[in-house]
Amino acid sequence: MAEELLETPLASLHRELGGRMVPFAGYAMPVQYAPGIMAEHLHCRAAAALFDVSHMGQAELVGEGAAAALETLTPADVQGLKPGRQRYGLLLNAEGGIIDDFMVANLGDRLFLVVNASRKHIDLPLIEAALPAGVRLRAMPDRALIALQGPGAVAAIAGLFPGIDALSFMGVWQGDGMVVSRSGYTGEDGVEISVPADAAEALARRLLALPGVLPAGLGARDSLRLEAGLCLYGNDIDETTSPVEANLVWSMGKRRRMEWNFPGAARIRDELDNGVKRLRVGIRPEGRQPARQHTVVHAGGEAVGEITSGGFGPSVNGPVAMGYVARPHAADGTPLELMVRGKALAASVAPLPFHPHRYAR
Amino acid sequence: MLKFSKDHEWVRVEGGIATVGITDHAQNALGDVVFVDLPEAGRVVSVGEACSVVESVKAASDVYAPVAGKVVESNAALVDNPATINQDPAGEGWFFKIELDGALPDDLMDADAYARFVESL
Repeated sequence: MAEELLETPLASLHRELGGRMVPFAGYAMPVQYAPGIMAEHLHCRAAAALFDVSHMGQAELVGEGAAAALETLTPADVQGLKPGRQRYGLLLNAEGGIIDDFMVANLGDRLFLVVNASRKHIDLPLIEAALPAGVRLRAMPDRALIALQGPGAVAAIAGLFPGIDALSFMGVWQGDGMVVSRSGYTGEDGVEISVPADAAEALARRLLALPGVLPAGLGARDSLRLEAGLCLYGNDIDETTSPVEANLVWSMGKRRRMEWNFPGAARIRDELDNGVKRLRVGIRPEGRQPARQHTVVHAGGEAVGEITSGGFGPSVNGPVAMGYVARPHAADGTPLELMVRGKALAASVAPLPFHPHRYAR
Repeated sequence: MLKFSKDHEWVRVEGGIATVGITDHAQNALGDVVFVDLPEAGRVVSVGEACSVVESVKAASDVYAPVAGKVVESNAALVDNPATINQDPAGEGWFFKIELDGALPDDLMDADAYARFVESL
Protein backbone atom coordinates (compact mmCIF):
# COMPACT_ATOMS: atom_id res chain seq x y z
CA MET A 1 0.00 0.00 0.00
CA ALA A 2 1.43 3.35 -0.98
CA GLU A 3 1.81 5.99 1.66
CA GLU A 4 -0.89 8.62 1.80
CA LEU A 5 0.13 11.57 -0.36
CA LEU A 6 0.22 15.05 1.14
CA GLU A 7 -1.62 17.88 -0.55
CA THR A 8 -0.72 21.52 -0.96
CA PRO A 9 -3.17 24.33 -0.13
CA LEU A 10 -3.90 24.56 -3.88
CA ALA A 11 -4.91 20.88 -4.33
CA SER A 12 -8.61 21.53 -4.95
CA LEU A 13 -7.79 24.37 -7.35
CA HIS A 14 -5.53 22.03 -9.35
CA ARG A 15 -8.36 19.53 -9.69
CA GLU A 16 -10.79 22.24 -10.70
CA LEU A 17 -8.29 23.39 -13.35
CA GLY A 18 -7.96 19.85 -14.74
CA GLY A 19 -4.49 19.17 -13.36
CA ARG A 20 -3.19 15.63 -13.84
CA MET A 21 -2.04 14.77 -10.33
CA VAL A 22 1.03 12.59 -9.78
CA PRO A 23 3.09 11.69 -6.70
CA PHE A 24 6.18 13.88 -6.26
CA ALA A 25 8.33 14.01 -3.10
CA GLY A 26 5.41 12.66 -1.07
CA TYR A 27 2.88 15.16 -2.44
CA ALA A 28 0.11 14.91 -5.01
CA MET A 29 1.21 17.54 -7.55
CA PRO A 30 -0.05 18.55 -11.01
CA VAL A 31 2.37 17.29 -13.68
CA GLN A 32 0.35 19.11 -16.35
CA TYR A 33 -3.03 20.61 -17.17
CA ALA A 34 -5.12 20.06 -20.31
CA PRO A 35 -2.88 22.02 -22.73
CA GLY A 36 0.07 19.71 -21.95
CA ILE A 37 3.75 20.15 -21.08
CA MET A 38 4.77 21.55 -24.47
CA ALA A 39 2.10 24.28 -24.52
CA GLU A 40 2.64 25.16 -20.86
CA HIS A 41 6.39 25.42 -21.37
CA LEU A 42 6.07 27.67 -24.43
CA HIS A 43 3.44 29.82 -22.72
CA CYS A 44 5.82 30.44 -19.83
CA ARG A 45 8.53 31.64 -22.23
CA ALA A 46 6.01 33.83 -24.12
CA ALA A 47 3.78 35.27 -21.37
CA ALA A 48 3.39 34.02 -17.79
CA ALA A 49 2.87 30.68 -16.04
CA LEU A 50 1.75 29.97 -12.49
CA PHE A 51 3.37 27.03 -10.68
CA ASP A 52 2.42 25.62 -7.29
CA VAL A 53 5.67 24.83 -5.48
CA SER A 54 4.16 24.66 -2.01
CA HIS A 55 5.70 21.24 -1.49
CA MET A 56 9.07 22.96 -0.98
CA GLY A 57 10.28 23.55 2.56
CA GLN A 58 10.08 27.05 4.02
CA ALA A 59 11.69 28.15 7.27
CA GLU A 60 12.92 31.19 9.17
CA LEU A 61 16.12 31.64 11.12
CA VAL A 62 15.81 34.23 13.87
CA GLY A 63 18.30 35.60 16.36
CA GLU A 64 21.72 37.20 16.69
CA GLY A 65 24.28 35.17 14.74
CA ALA A 66 21.78 33.38 12.46
CA ALA A 67 23.82 34.08 9.31
CA ALA A 68 27.08 32.93 10.90
CA ALA A 69 25.36 29.77 12.12
CA LEU A 70 24.09 28.95 8.62
CA GLU A 71 27.59 29.53 7.24
CA THR A 72 28.83 26.56 9.28
CA LEU A 73 26.87 24.36 6.82
CA THR A 74 27.37 26.20 3.50
CA PRO A 75 30.10 27.95 1.53
CA ALA A 76 27.60 30.67 0.53
CA ASP A 77 28.23 34.20 1.82
CA VAL A 78 25.22 34.56 4.11
CA GLN A 79 26.67 37.22 6.43
CA GLY A 80 27.32 39.48 3.44
CA LEU A 81 23.74 39.19 2.17
CA LYS A 82 22.09 42.63 2.40
CA PRO A 83 18.56 43.18 3.71
CA GLY A 84 16.04 42.75 0.90
CA ARG A 85 18.29 40.39 -1.05
CA GLN A 86 18.18 36.66 -1.74
CA ARG A 87 20.97 34.24 -2.65
CA TYR A 88 21.40 30.63 -3.88
CA GLY A 89 23.49 28.30 -1.74
CA LEU A 90 24.47 24.69 -1.09
CA LEU A 91 24.40 22.72 2.15
CA LEU A 92 27.50 20.50 2.24
CA ASN A 93 28.48 17.37 4.14
CA ALA A 94 31.90 16.85 5.71
CA GLU A 95 33.17 15.34 2.45
CA GLY A 96 32.07 18.36 0.41
CA GLY A 97 29.09 16.52 -1.11
CA ILE A 98 25.88 18.45 -1.64
CA ILE A 99 23.17 17.76 0.96
CA ASP A 100 20.77 20.18 -0.73
CA ASP A 101 20.56 23.43 -2.62
CA PHE A 102 18.54 26.28 -1.17
CA MET A 103 17.56 29.93 -1.35
CA VAL A 104 18.22 32.28 1.55
CA ALA A 105 16.76 35.79 1.85
CA ASN A 106 17.70 38.50 4.32
CA LEU A 107 14.40 39.91 5.60
CA GLY A 108 16.10 42.41 7.92
CA ASP A 109 15.18 40.91 11.28
CA ARG A 110 15.49 37.27 10.12
CA LEU A 111 16.62 34.92 7.38
CA PHE A 112 14.06 33.20 5.15
CA LEU A 113 14.97 29.79 3.70
CA VAL A 114 13.48 27.69 0.90
CA VAL A 115 14.74 24.10 0.55
CA ASN A 116 13.77 21.12 -1.63
CA ALA A 117 10.65 19.13 -0.77
CA SER A 118 12.54 15.84 -0.98
CA ARG A 119 15.23 17.09 1.42
CA LYS A 120 13.44 19.25 3.99
CA HIS A 121 13.25 16.40 6.51
CA ILE A 122 17.07 16.20 6.33
CA ASP A 123 17.92 19.89 6.03
CA LEU A 124 15.87 21.32 8.86
CA PRO A 125 17.18 18.99 11.62
CA LEU A 126 20.71 19.55 10.28
CA ILE A 127 20.34 23.33 10.50
CA GLU A 128 18.68 23.09 13.90
CA ALA A 129 21.60 21.05 15.24
CA ALA A 130 24.07 23.73 14.09
CA LEU A 131 22.42 26.63 15.91
CA PRO A 132 23.95 28.33 18.96
CA ALA A 133 21.83 29.47 21.88
CA GLY A 134 19.76 32.49 20.85
CA VAL A 135 19.24 31.44 17.21
CA ARG A 136 15.99 29.69 16.43
CA LEU A 137 14.78 27.80 13.35
CA ARG A 138 11.08 27.97 12.66
CA ALA A 139 9.71 25.60 10.00
CA MET A 140 6.76 27.11 8.15
CA PRO A 141 4.53 24.26 6.93
CA ASP A 142 1.63 26.71 7.19
CA ARG A 143 2.78 28.62 4.11
CA ALA A 144 2.27 28.01 0.40
CA LEU A 145 4.78 28.92 -2.34
CA ILE A 146 3.63 30.08 -5.75
CA ALA A 147 5.95 30.84 -8.68
CA LEU A 148 4.81 33.24 -11.38
CA GLN A 149 7.30 33.00 -14.26
CA GLY A 150 7.69 34.46 -17.71
CA PRO A 151 8.30 37.79 -19.47
CA GLY A 152 4.79 39.00 -18.50
CA ALA A 153 4.90 37.79 -14.89
CA VAL A 154 6.22 40.86 -13.09
CA ALA A 155 4.07 43.37 -14.98
CA ALA A 156 1.05 41.21 -14.18
CA ILE A 157 1.64 40.89 -10.44
CA ALA A 158 2.74 44.53 -10.12
CA GLY A 159 -0.81 45.44 -11.14
CA LEU A 160 -1.94 43.84 -7.88
CA PHE A 161 1.01 44.77 -5.68
CA PRO A 162 2.73 47.96 -6.89
CA GLY A 163 6.42 47.99 -6.06
CA ILE A 164 7.24 44.44 -7.04
CA ASP A 165 8.27 45.66 -10.49
CA ALA A 166 10.96 47.83 -8.89
CA LEU A 167 12.83 44.73 -7.64
CA SER A 168 16.00 43.66 -9.39
CA PHE A 169 16.89 39.98 -9.87
CA MET A 170 17.06 38.30 -6.43
CA GLY A 171 15.45 41.30 -4.74
CA VAL A 172 12.86 40.61 -2.02
CA TRP A 173 9.59 42.47 -1.28
CA GLN A 174 7.41 42.02 1.79
CA GLY A 175 3.79 43.02 2.15
CA ASP A 176 0.30 41.73 2.90
CA GLY A 177 1.80 38.76 4.75
CA MET A 178 3.74 37.71 1.65
CA VAL A 179 7.45 37.39 0.91
CA VAL A 180 8.02 37.93 -2.82
CA SER A 181 11.42 37.40 -4.46
CA ARG A 182 12.31 38.18 -8.04
CA SER A 183 13.65 34.74 -8.83
CA GLY A 184 12.62 31.36 -10.18
CA TYR A 185 13.54 28.06 -11.75
CA THR A 186 12.72 28.62 -15.41
CA GLY A 187 15.41 31.00 -16.70
CA GLU A 188 12.71 33.63 -17.20
CA ASP A 189 11.99 36.80 -15.26
CA GLY A 190 9.40 36.25 -12.56
CA VAL A 191 8.68 35.97 -8.87
CA GLU A 192 8.32 33.37 -6.15
CA ILE A 193 5.65 34.21 -3.60
CA SER A 194 5.51 32.82 -0.07
CA VAL A 195 1.97 33.28 1.24
CA PRO A 196 0.03 31.98 4.27
CA ALA A 197 -1.67 28.69 3.36
CA ASP A 198 -5.15 30.03 4.07
CA ALA A 199 -4.63 32.92 1.63
CA ALA A 200 -2.97 30.86 -1.13
CA GLU A 201 -5.98 29.81 -3.17
CA ALA A 202 -7.45 33.32 -3.28
CA LEU A 203 -4.07 34.70 -4.39
CA ALA A 204 -3.65 32.00 -7.05
CA ARG A 205 -7.12 32.77 -8.40
CA ARG A 206 -6.32 36.51 -8.55
CA LEU A 207 -3.07 35.79 -10.39
CA LEU A 208 -4.74 33.36 -12.82
CA ALA A 209 -7.32 36.05 -13.62
CA LEU A 210 -4.58 38.43 -14.81
CA PRO A 211 -4.11 38.74 -18.58
CA GLY A 212 -1.67 36.20 -20.01
CA VAL A 213 -1.37 34.02 -16.88
CA LEU A 214 -2.02 30.26 -17.23
CA PRO A 215 -1.29 27.39 -14.83
CA ALA A 216 1.67 25.10 -15.56
CA GLY A 217 2.65 21.81 -13.96
CA LEU A 218 5.80 20.08 -12.81
CA GLY A 219 6.42 18.69 -16.31
CA ALA A 220 6.91 22.16 -17.79
CA ARG A 221 8.84 23.24 -14.70
CA ASP A 222 11.31 20.41 -15.40
CA SER A 223 11.75 21.12 -19.12
CA LEU A 224 12.09 24.87 -18.42
CA ARG A 225 14.78 24.41 -15.77
CA LEU A 226 16.66 21.91 -17.94
CA GLU A 227 16.79 24.35 -20.86
CA ALA A 228 17.94 26.99 -18.35
CA GLY A 229 20.76 24.66 -17.22
CA LEU A 230 19.55 24.64 -13.60
CA CYS A 231 20.24 21.64 -11.38
CA LEU A 232 17.55 19.35 -9.97
CA TYR A 233 18.54 17.92 -6.59
CA GLY A 234 18.65 14.12 -6.72
CA ASN A 235 19.29 14.16 -10.48
CA ASP A 236 22.16 16.55 -11.14
CA ILE A 237 23.52 17.06 -7.65
CA ASP A 238 23.56 14.79 -4.59
CA GLU A 239 25.71 13.86 -1.61
CA THR A 240 28.45 12.46 -3.88
CA THR A 241 28.84 15.53 -6.11
CA SER A 242 30.88 18.53 -4.99
CA PRO A 243 30.16 22.16 -5.91
CA VAL A 244 33.26 22.15 -8.12
CA GLU A 245 32.22 19.02 -10.03
CA ALA A 246 28.67 20.42 -10.33
CA ASN A 247 30.04 23.70 -11.78
CA LEU A 248 28.40 25.66 -8.95
CA VAL A 249 31.55 27.38 -7.64
CA TRP A 250 29.82 30.73 -8.31
CA SER A 251 27.50 29.95 -5.37
CA MET A 252 30.47 30.00 -2.98
CA GLY A 253 31.30 33.39 -1.46
CA LYS A 254 34.70 34.95 -2.19
CA ARG A 255 35.26 35.52 1.52
CA ARG A 256 34.38 31.88 2.20
CA ARG A 257 37.01 30.80 -0.32
CA MET A 258 39.63 32.62 1.72
CA GLU A 259 38.41 31.39 5.09
CA TRP A 260 37.88 27.72 4.09
CA ASN A 261 35.71 27.25 7.18
CA PHE A 262 32.83 25.26 5.73
CA PRO A 263 32.17 21.48 5.55
CA GLY A 264 34.28 19.68 2.95
CA ALA A 265 36.58 22.69 2.51
CA ALA A 266 39.67 20.47 2.14
CA ARG A 267 38.22 18.53 -0.81
CA ILE A 268 36.89 21.64 -2.48
CA ARG A 269 40.17 23.51 -2.08
CA ASP A 270 42.00 20.55 -3.58
CA GLU A 271 39.57 20.39 -6.50
CA LEU A 272 39.93 24.11 -7.18
CA ASP A 273 43.74 23.88 -7.04
CA ASN A 274 44.25 20.60 -8.87
CA GLY A 275 41.12 20.16 -10.96
CA VAL A 276 38.29 17.66 -10.82
CA LYS A 277 37.98 14.22 -12.37
CA ARG A 278 34.48 14.91 -13.70
CA LEU A 279 32.41 17.99 -14.47
CA ARG A 280 28.73 18.74 -14.98
CA VAL A 281 28.18 19.92 -18.56
CA GLY A 282 25.40 20.53 -21.04
CA ILE A 283 24.97 17.77 -23.62
CA ARG A 284 23.17 18.28 -26.93
CA PRO A 285 22.15 15.07 -28.75
CA GLU A 286 22.13 15.34 -32.55
CA GLY A 287 18.83 14.73 -34.29
CA ARG A 288 15.50 14.49 -32.50
CA GLN A 289 15.86 11.59 -30.08
CA PRO A 290 16.05 12.49 -26.38
CA ALA A 291 18.54 10.78 -24.05
CA ARG A 292 17.21 10.37 -20.52
CA GLN A 293 18.65 10.27 -16.99
CA HIS A 294 21.17 7.40 -16.39
CA THR A 295 22.10 7.16 -20.10
CA VAL A 296 25.76 6.15 -20.26
CA VAL A 297 28.01 8.62 -22.08
CA HIS A 298 30.85 7.34 -24.24
CA ALA A 299 33.75 9.07 -25.98
CA GLY A 300 35.82 7.14 -28.50
CA GLY A 301 34.07 3.90 -27.49
CA GLU A 302 34.89 4.28 -23.79
CA ALA A 303 32.46 5.12 -20.97
CA VAL A 304 33.28 8.63 -19.70
CA GLY A 305 30.14 9.66 -17.85
CA GLU A 306 26.40 9.62 -17.37
CA ILE A 307 23.41 11.81 -18.14
CA THR A 308 21.72 13.13 -15.00
CA SER A 309 18.82 15.01 -16.64
CA GLY A 310 17.66 14.64 -20.21
CA GLY A 311 14.58 15.23 -22.28
CA PHE A 312 13.11 17.35 -25.02
CA GLY A 313 13.47 21.13 -24.91
CA PRO A 314 10.33 22.70 -26.36
CA SER A 315 11.96 26.15 -26.83
CA VAL A 316 15.17 24.66 -28.22
CA ASN A 317 12.92 22.41 -30.33
CA GLY A 318 15.25 19.50 -29.84
CA PRO A 319 16.64 17.13 -27.24
CA VAL A 320 18.72 18.60 -24.39
CA ALA A 321 20.55 17.01 -21.48
CA MET A 322 23.10 17.55 -18.78
CA GLY A 323 25.38 15.16 -17.01
CA TYR A 324 28.85 14.44 -15.71
CA VAL A 325 31.75 13.62 -18.02
CA ALA A 326 35.42 12.96 -17.32
CA ARG A 327 37.35 16.26 -17.32
CA PRO A 328 39.26 15.64 -20.61
CA HIS A 329 35.89 15.40 -22.40
CA ALA A 330 34.20 18.41 -20.78
CA ALA A 331 35.17 21.19 -23.23
CA ASP A 332 32.35 22.72 -25.31
CA GLY A 333 32.01 20.96 -28.65
CA THR A 334 33.64 17.70 -27.55
CA PRO A 335 31.95 14.85 -29.47
CA LEU A 336 30.23 12.21 -27.32
CA GLU A 337 28.14 9.10 -27.92
CA LEU A 338 25.06 8.44 -25.82
CA MET A 339 24.13 4.79 -25.36
CA VAL A 340 20.37 4.80 -25.89
CA ARG A 341 18.75 1.37 -26.08
CA GLY A 342 21.95 -0.27 -27.23
CA LYS A 343 22.72 2.23 -29.98
CA ALA A 344 25.25 5.06 -29.94
CA LEU A 345 23.53 8.40 -30.39
CA ALA A 346 25.85 11.20 -31.56
CA ALA A 347 26.02 14.23 -29.25
CA SER A 348 28.38 16.95 -28.12
CA VAL A 349 29.20 19.00 -25.04
CA ALA A 350 27.21 22.23 -25.22
CA PRO A 351 27.37 25.47 -23.25
CA LEU A 352 24.66 26.02 -20.61
CA PRO A 353 22.04 27.39 -20.60
CA PHE A 354 20.44 25.95 -23.74
CA HIS A 355 17.97 28.83 -23.72
CA PRO A 356 19.29 32.28 -22.70
CA HIS A 357 18.38 33.50 -19.20
CA ARG A 358 16.17 36.56 -19.22
CA TYR A 359 16.45 37.72 -15.62
CA ALA A 360 15.72 41.33 -14.62
CA ARG A 361 18.93 43.26 -14.02
CA MET B 1 -13.03 -3.34 -37.27
CA LEU B 2 -10.49 -2.15 -34.71
CA LYS B 3 -9.10 -4.49 -32.06
CA PHE B 4 -7.17 -3.36 -29.01
CA SER B 5 -4.35 -4.77 -26.88
CA LYS B 6 -3.75 -4.40 -23.14
CA ASP B 7 -0.59 -2.49 -24.08
CA HIS B 8 -2.80 0.18 -25.68
CA GLU B 9 -2.14 -0.57 -29.32
CA TRP B 10 -4.94 -0.72 -31.87
CA VAL B 11 -4.97 -3.16 -34.81
CA ARG B 12 -6.91 -2.93 -38.08
CA VAL B 13 -6.76 -6.05 -40.30
CA GLU B 14 -7.39 -5.75 -44.04
CA GLY B 15 -6.49 -8.55 -46.50
CA GLY B 16 -4.00 -10.26 -44.19
CA ILE B 17 -2.23 -7.00 -43.29
CA ALA B 18 -2.55 -5.60 -39.75
CA THR B 19 -2.09 -1.84 -39.39
CA VAL B 20 -0.97 -0.93 -35.85
CA GLY B 21 -1.00 2.32 -33.87
CA ILE B 22 -1.41 3.50 -30.29
CA THR B 23 -4.80 4.35 -28.79
CA ASP B 24 -6.15 7.78 -27.97
CA HIS B 25 -5.86 6.83 -24.30
CA ALA B 26 -2.16 6.01 -24.83
CA GLN B 27 -1.32 9.23 -26.69
CA ASN B 28 -3.12 11.26 -24.05
CA ALA B 29 -1.22 9.54 -21.25
CA LEU B 30 2.11 10.05 -23.05
CA GLY B 31 1.57 13.71 -23.84
CA ASP B 32 3.30 15.59 -26.63
CA VAL B 33 5.19 13.06 -28.77
CA VAL B 34 8.55 14.39 -29.96
CA PHE B 35 10.27 11.31 -31.40
CA VAL B 36 9.39 7.89 -32.74
CA ASP B 37 11.66 4.97 -33.59
CA LEU B 38 9.99 2.59 -36.07
CA PRO B 39 10.82 -1.01 -37.04
CA GLU B 40 12.55 -1.77 -40.35
CA ALA B 41 10.49 -3.42 -43.08
CA GLY B 42 11.25 -7.13 -43.20
CA ARG B 43 11.65 -7.56 -39.44
CA VAL B 44 9.78 -10.59 -38.10
CA VAL B 45 8.06 -9.94 -34.79
CA SER B 46 6.24 -12.09 -32.25
CA VAL B 47 3.25 -11.09 -30.14
CA GLY B 48 4.26 -8.71 -27.36
CA GLU B 49 7.71 -7.98 -28.82
CA ALA B 50 8.91 -4.41 -28.29
CA CYS B 51 9.49 -3.14 -31.81
CA SER B 52 9.01 0.64 -31.69
CA VAL B 53 9.72 3.45 -29.24
CA VAL B 54 7.70 6.58 -28.75
CA GLU B 55 9.13 9.50 -26.78
CA SER B 56 7.21 12.40 -25.31
CA VAL B 57 8.64 15.52 -23.65
CA LYS B 58 8.63 13.63 -20.37
CA ALA B 59 9.29 9.93 -21.03
CA ALA B 60 10.08 7.08 -23.44
CA SER B 61 7.69 4.16 -23.97
CA ASP B 62 7.95 0.93 -25.91
CA VAL B 63 5.32 -0.01 -28.46
CA TYR B 64 4.73 -3.76 -28.74
CA ALA B 65 3.66 -5.87 -31.69
CA PRO B 66 0.06 -6.88 -30.88
CA VAL B 67 0.16 -9.57 -33.59
CA ALA B 68 2.84 -11.89 -35.02
CA GLY B 69 4.22 -11.58 -38.54
CA LYS B 70 6.56 -9.61 -40.77
CA VAL B 71 6.74 -5.82 -40.77
CA VAL B 72 6.00 -4.71 -44.32
CA GLU B 73 5.90 -0.94 -43.88
CA SER B 74 6.46 1.78 -41.25
CA ASN B 75 4.86 5.23 -41.30
CA ALA B 76 7.85 7.32 -42.40
CA ALA B 77 5.77 10.51 -42.17
CA LEU B 78 5.89 10.22 -38.36
CA VAL B 79 9.64 10.76 -38.28
CA ASP B 80 9.30 14.40 -39.34
CA ASN B 81 5.88 14.92 -37.75
CA PRO B 82 5.66 12.81 -34.58
CA ALA B 83 2.90 15.11 -33.26
CA THR B 84 0.58 13.36 -35.76
CA ILE B 85 0.42 10.58 -33.15
CA ASN B 86 -1.28 13.02 -30.75
CA GLN B 87 -3.48 14.64 -33.37
CA ASP B 88 -4.81 11.55 -35.17
CA PRO B 89 -3.74 8.42 -33.27
CA ALA B 90 -6.19 6.04 -34.98
CA GLY B 91 -5.68 7.49 -38.48
CA GLU B 92 -2.63 9.31 -39.92
CA GLY B 93 -0.76 8.45 -36.72
CA TRP B 94 -0.45 4.72 -37.51
CA PHE B 95 2.95 3.19 -36.71
CA PHE B 96 3.55 0.10 -38.85
CA LYS B 97 1.93 -2.67 -40.92
CA ILE B 98 2.45 -6.37 -40.25
CA GLU B 99 1.79 -9.23 -42.68
CA LEU B 100 -0.07 -11.60 -40.36
CA ASP B 101 1.45 -14.95 -39.51
CA GLY B 102 -1.40 -17.03 -38.10
CA ALA B 103 -4.55 -15.97 -36.29
CA LEU B 104 -5.03 -12.86 -34.16
CA PRO B 105 -4.29 -13.41 -30.46
CA ASP B 106 -7.40 -14.30 -28.46
CA ASP B 107 -6.94 -11.57 -25.89
CA LEU B 108 -7.32 -8.65 -28.30
CA MET B 109 -10.37 -6.63 -27.25
CA ASP B 110 -13.13 -4.92 -29.16
CA ALA B 111 -13.81 -1.21 -28.60
CA ASP B 112 -16.28 -1.74 -25.75
CA ALA B 113 -14.07 -4.20 -23.91
CA TYR B 114 -11.07 -1.87 -24.32
CA ALA B 115 -13.08 1.06 -22.98
CA ARG B 116 -13.99 -1.01 -19.91
CA PHE B 117 -10.32 -2.06 -19.55
CA VAL B 118 -9.16 1.58 -19.60
CA GLU B 119 -11.88 2.49 -17.12
CA SER B 120 -10.60 -0.21 -14.76
CA LEU B 121 -7.01 1.13 -14.72
